[in-house]
Amino acid sequence: MDIPLIFEKSRPGRRGVRFLSPESLDGFQIEEHLPRELIRTTPLGLPEVAENDVVRHYTELSTLNYGVDTGFYPLGSCTMKYNPKVNDWAASLPGFADVHPLQPDTTVQGLLKLLQSLEDGLKEISGMDAVSLQPAAGAHGELTGILMIKAYLRDQGEERTTILVPDSAHGTNPATAAMAGFEVRVVPSNARGGVDVDALRNMVDHTTAGLMLTNPNTLGLFEEDILTIADIVHQAGGLLYYDGANANAIMGRVRPGDMGFDVVHLNLHKTFSTPHGGGGPGSGPVGVTRRLEPYIPYPRLRQGDDGLYWDYTPGKSIGKVRSYFGNVGVLVRAYAYLRSHGQEGLKAVSETAVLNANYLSKRLADHYRTPYDRTVKHEFVLSLTGQKSRGARALDVAKRIIDYGFYPPTVYFPLVVDEALMVEPTETESKETLDRFVEAMETIDREIDQQPEVLHEAPHHTVVRRFDEAEAARHPILTWQQLTGEES
Amino acid sequence: MSIPENLKYTREHEWMSPDGRVGVTAYASDALGDVVFVELPEVGASVEAGDAIGVIESVKSVSDLYSPAGGRVAKVNQALADHPELINEDPYGDGWIFELEDAEVGDLMSADDYAKHTEGD
Amino acid sequence: MRYIPHTPDEYQAMMDTLGIQSVDELFEDIPEKARLARPLNLEDALNEMQLSQHLMRLSSENINVNEVPSFLGGGYYDRYVPAAVGALAFRGEFVTSYTPYQAELSQGTLAAIFEFQSMIQSLTGTYAAQASMYDGASAVGEAALLSLGQLRRRNQVVALRGMHPDSLKVVETYVNARGSSLLVADSLDDLEKKVGDQTAAVLAQYPDMLGQVTLAQKAIELAHQVGALAVVASDPVALALLKPPGEMGADIVVGEGQPLGNHLNYGGPTFGYFAVQKALVRKIPGRLVGVAQDIEGRRGFVLTLQAREQHIRREKATSNICSNHSLNALMATIYMALVGSSGLREVALSSAQMAHYLERRLGELGLVREPSPASPFLYEFAMRVPGDVDQLNRFLLERGILGGFHLGRFHDAWQGLWQLAVTERRTQEDCDRLVEEVKAWISR
Repeated sequence: MDIPLIFEKSRPGRRGVRFLSPESLDGFQIEEHLPRELIRTTPLGLPEVAENDVVRHYTELSTLNYGVDTGFYPLGSCTMKYNPKVNDWAASLPGFADVHPLQPDTTVQGLLKLLQSLEDGLKEISGMDAVSLQPAAGAHGELTGILMIKAYLRDQGEERTTILVPDSAHGTNPATAAMAGFEVRVVPSNARGGVDVDALRNMVDHTTAGLMLTNPNTLGLFEEDILTIADIVHQAGGLLYYDGANANAIMGRVRPGDMGFDVVHLNLHKTFSTPHGGGGPGSGPVGVTRRLEPYIPYPRLRQGDDGLYWDYTPGKSIGKVRSYFGNVGVLVRAYAYLRSHGQEGLKAVSETAVLNANYLSKRLADHYRTPYDRTVKHEFVLSLTGQKSRGARALDVAKRIIDYGFYPPTVYFPLVVDEALMVEPTETESKETLDRFVEAMETIDREIDQQPEVLHEAPHHTVVRRFDEAEAARHPILTWQQLTGEES
Repeated sequence: MSIPENLKYTREHEWMSPDGRVGVTAYASDALGDVVFVELPEVGASVEAGDAIGVIESVKSVSDLYSPAGGRVAKVNQALADHPELINEDPYGDGWIFELEDAEVGDLMSADDYAKHTEGD
Repeated sequence: MRYIPHTPDEYQAMMDTLGIQSVDELFEDIPEKARLARPLNLEDALNEMQLSQHLMRLSSENINVNEVPSFLGGGYYDRYVPAAVGALAFRGEFVTSYTPYQAELSQGTLAAIFEFQSMIQSLTGTYAAQASMYDGASAVGEAALLSLGQLRRRNQVVALRGMHPDSLKVVETYVNARGSSLLVADSLDDLEKKVGDQTAAVLAQYPDMLGQVTLAQKAIELAHQVGALAVVASDPVALALLKPPGEMGADIVVGEGQPLGNHLNYGGPTFGYFAVQKALVRKIPGRLVGVAQDIEGRRGFVLTLQAREQHIRREKATSNICSNHSLNALMATIYMALVGSSGLREVALSSAQMAHYLERRLGELGLVREPSPASPFLYEFAMRVPGDVDQLNRFLLERGILGGFHLGRFHDAWQGLWQLAVTERRTQEDCDRLVEEVKAWISR
């Protein structure tokens, strides 16, 4: 079956939901109000379908998707944990969802209190002195944070030009640094999977603006030398940026501020369990230490005599990184998550996430190579070089996992590990789910020797199978119009 | 992996023919995987050896294309616009990328040296 | 704990497998000096019932636009969201999935994004659109960056003043980061003076903050005269009536997508859209979905042209954007499918009809529309108020109306200007009430 498109269900003259009475428009002619050359003459090109067509089409599409609600989703680095339904319900309350961003502050005091409490909670968890809720996503938080570092250094009379990034970093780190106008230098990893401290020592100099670090890193390993790393960067006059992608591992155990970080972003769509929504929306609040606070995006939330209000004084702020205040609907969910857990709950989240990862890693280690013989945090990386030499690549194993009813782990990342498969079980998966996954992985490993073609051709039971991605990229078809040859 | 004797090579895996034609080696095209797009240099552009003057994209990777020598870009392979896969299929032939004229050829590797260079990887 | 399934026995069994006595042992690689030696100082946990009561109370402390008529706009509009939008978009398979990297398990999201791209392309009159941005303002920012990346020897972008101030602020943040600058032109004449051989892009909003629709065409021409790219930001609903910017020659068309089936959410999450002409397709920031065939020849969808993106290109990527606003774009897609071409046109027309009614009635009270009483507008306009706008708004709020927005809070030259937006949700009765109260305020 071809994957269906709503345009194919369109029939001229068919109408979907109607919430206006067309007769009420009688007597209003747009031609009387707009110059003729500005009036649209081209059809809008939207499908003409009944409400039932729409409901069935998107219901069908939803069944072609796999979410955390469907099953185990051990996608490394993405923290695909259970997303509580009560949080979604909360975000849809009219006092949160149906509030206009230009409403007077006095009319949104409940919401502002919520945002203030969330800021306070995030400060405590990250060990920072001030938080901005404005950034819309992790990468957006990175940009905000790096721009604050730049503004701070500039105010100190320093035009530093380089940001250091480990070779195991997420792609957003170097992309962010470049976007903020910095040159990127890559710090190598050592044999234990951490930052090569000696190399770092040799790399820092008067041009070093900062180091961006994920801790635990993308290999799921805690940077044991973090205090030394922080010293090296600080002594060179640079600042330390914490990429919070992996904060699910450390809540209540250690705080970025106590490790020496100056700027932190947290991915609320990971650690705080707001749903990923097929790629977003996320939310990437940024926390900073006192000396960087003046550079936070504005407006800032402040307490006045008549309640909370937005302070639009720019001061030394880096400015704005998006419209209005942030992804409030996501922030409401994160607040609900925070309040559901409290300190003990969050600590248990991290402890269980780490326990699950170590348990799963240990059980898989009989058949799959774990390149670093260490305790991991909330995720771990397998290196499928052994499988590759027997004829199945990491991608083949990942695709075969689909046939066993699981979403595959992240493949080929981080780049520093050959044939990487990066597994993050999260704390909301039970022991029996992990055990079932282990069984599937062991079966797949046997299949490599017994019937390798089963892997090469996997997945077998999905609505579609492997795609010709090369052809798709060589001659991209990006719209219905291009697909049907009606390209203008 | 074939390494024609009559060509010169760079460390970045470009080849150059005596008449100024430039492409990437079979080793490089294999490492890139299925090439999906080539950003070609502009005809007429003056380049220096080592300049990044184009980009080769595959499905899951991207790499800069460096000029092996100085000179002026005389021609580019327009066939790559519709058929970037030529770089995979025939890297030393129909998959050529551009031609330099008045090339100032510096220190390039021989086929033997290049073979040793790639063995090291 | 709330969402952790482990029983005490299972905890024990897992620790036995690892040969540990306590989970503390799993955290021993954290340097002792850095460890948190005390509990986090957070409020006590609430159970689900307590939590829901707490949140309902916080929610009820806000005035929402269902309780009082609102005339606020500025890119975010109180439009009707059909019930089917939420019912479909909030299916767990959509909400709880990740970015569709594994195409075989993500055809739902991928097909919907492909539909979204098609609808936006068609609305904007461009060649292609990507999968969504964070919001309208960051979409303008990314458009400015794309332009500077294309025209590498140029280091300025020039915007017309009528662009949403938040968009201008974001553009400024983004372009300053790479050492370029933003100039703001107060008029077309001023724009003509400000553009030149350093201009990488001209940015115009259509309709703009004052409701003007007549400036974009000229701005596009001025951009092209100096070899710059033309970027137009549009409210997508307005494009149901207005000539699409792509047809006017804009190279990049962006906008805030909230009016398409998204709740106001106090400004987020909504989504931005980003569409381009053919020459720029391989430079578009963010995710892009294309058609592909699987090994059995079936048509499906994949993320494509990924070599543009940060996870492959890293420091050389077009943008650092990774997360998009897929779920919000899905809501917009479902909304556009539900209302169709005729429905979207009716939404825009009905808003315009009531807006013109309100404008006429307010004009009768002595409020004067700017920049000129004769300039055409759709459903949002600005009027000069005889007196203190903030005071007027407070007066209205006391009487249960969220009046217009005082534009002077955004820009000094706009002091005394009252921005009013009228959507299909505003009845003639709402408008009449507003007019009566304004009349009462004037004659107080």
